[in-house]
Amino acid sequence: MQTQADSAGPVMFYRHRSPVRIMHWINVLSFFLMLMSGLTIFNAHPNLYWGKDSNSVPLLSINAEEGANGELHGYTTIGGHKFDTNGVLGASHEAGDAALSDRAFPSWATIPGRQWLAMARNWHLAFAWIFVLNGIAYIAYAIFSGHLRRDMIPTGQELRNIGASIIDHLQFKHPVGEAVKRYNVLQNLAYLLVIFGLLPLIVVAGFAMSPRLDALFNGGWVDLLGGRQSARTLHFLAAFGLLGFVFVHVFEVIVTGLWNNMRSMITGQYRLPPETHVNVEKRS
Amino acid sequence: MMKRSKRERLLQQQLENQPPRRRFLRLGLAAVGATILSACDRLSANSKFVGALESAQNLSRAAQKLVTGRVAMAQEFTPADIRASFRSNGTIMPNSEQYDAMLKNNFADWKLEVAGLVEKPMQFSLAELRQLPSRTQITRHDCVEGWSAIGKWKGVPLHHILALVKPLPEAQYVLFRCADPMDEEDDDAGQQAKKEVKDSTYYESIDMDDAYHPQTILAYDLNDTALPVRNGAPLRVRVERQLGYKHAKYLMKIELVKDFEHIRGGKGGYWEDEGYDWYAGI
Repeated sequence: MQTQADSAGPVMFYRHRSPVRIMHWINVLSFFLMLMSGLTIFNAHPNLYWGKDSNSVPLLSINAEEGANGELHGYTTIGGHKFDTNGVLGASHEAGDAALSDRAFPSWATIPGRQWLAMARNWHLAFAWIFVLNGIAYIAYAIFSGHLRRDMIPTGQELRNIGASIIDHLQFKHPVGEAVKRYNVLQNLAYLLVIFGLLPLIVVAGFAMSPRLDALFNGGWVDLLGGRQSARTLHFLAAFGLLGFVFVHVFEVIVTGLWNNMRSMITGQYRLPPETHVNVEKRS
Repeated sequence: MMKRSKRERLLQQQLENQPPRRRFLRLGLAAVGATILSACDRLSANSKFVGALESAQNLSRAAQKLVTGRVAMAQEFTPADIRASFRSNGTIMPNSEQYDAMLKNNFADWKLEVAGLVEKPMQFSLAELRQLPSRTQITRHDCVEGWSAIGKWKGVPLHHILALVKPLPEAQYVLFRCADPMDEEDDDAGQQAKKEVKDSTYYESIDMDDAYHPQTILAYDLNDTALPVRNGAPLRVRVERQLGYKHAKYLMKIELVKDFEHIRGGKGGYWEDEGYDWYAGI
């Protein structure tokens, strides 16, 4: 171990193998295309409900109201509480327009930019295939290559030290040296939650919205998710859960060395931070 | 102690470096985002690319048929799941003098015409349809927009009608022609294929698997009363394993066809001509 640190120049190691790198970027592309086309689809009926049908008071709705002066004003209502979200949610400016448009999510967040449900469905339902097949390929690879067992499942000791890891994260203290070679325990848990929690949930809830797939087992399985409208709500929540993960993930990528991280996800090569030898002994 | 102070120094440095970096990142992200968005909008106008996206429909259709089987039944609900009124969407009152006249007469003169690739073209009055064997089902209607409503439908299974008119072997699709004119501008219509659908009435089509499915009925009752105008009086289609726009309202004529290439926009339905999927199982 010490010999590495003694040698001059940065210490590089091969962090991500090519299948993981390729699948990561396919996932990035298809996730964002699906998220943004999904927002256009949501805009066609910008309310979320719990239950089998939509004949109830929405849990969430994002709508525009016309004021006395005839101008639109955007509001978001969550559980009966109404928030003024004008300009972003409910009513916003489409590119080049002086007047506000009646749309739940703004055009800068949707594919296509204007409210065009048929085209959004084309994007969403085509990239769904890529997203799901890529996800299945990734899970299969993770299991059969040992990536899952070796890199993702935390050890008992790591789990016991979770408190320290949380404190480290809150203080923006990041692992150095050999510890960098392994995902930390919070990272492990976040990845596992996304891969085996949010991703399967979003796919199953998406299937539950398909009237044909609802006929699977002669119907009824959708009630396990609370009914079709609940499934739609879960699909939406899972999408924002994944977006939340992406924000934290990108934040961590930036604060732990943007270029180093990017290189490791493009070429695979990761440079160990120079103070490697300082606490090499802590692990092992 | 040493370690900590070193870390702190590094952190300090990072913080000091942040404003320009953050600005750079924000600008970079905005530029990348705008480029991707405009690229997606350009691709949405590219017929080859859209064709590639749409080919996924065929994949979805094949996969869904394979997974569920051809005769899988849509979920049926209990009377407790029915809410007071059934939502109406699209046309709520056909804007046609012909329809007004039929409505005034309580559809006494209305006849369902069944023609096309059949051995025996036939016509049915509402009273005659009510004499035929019926099916009652409490099902959920899912609109492509995202809402759902549960209702109790009673009507003639389409397969009974088909048994009477005897489709010819070359019949591949059942086409439904409706009374409601669809020439108004629509907010979400997109730019595609606007030309052919001027002055047209609503129409839809399904394949023979769905046509012979036990839950595919021509409904004349909703929630134990005659079908209201806003829900498609006097007769509407129920194709329970597809989205709402396939469930044609204000039914006038059923036509068995080999293909729909030369009918209206050529895509097999009013919304299909506007860019929506012909297969609406998802």
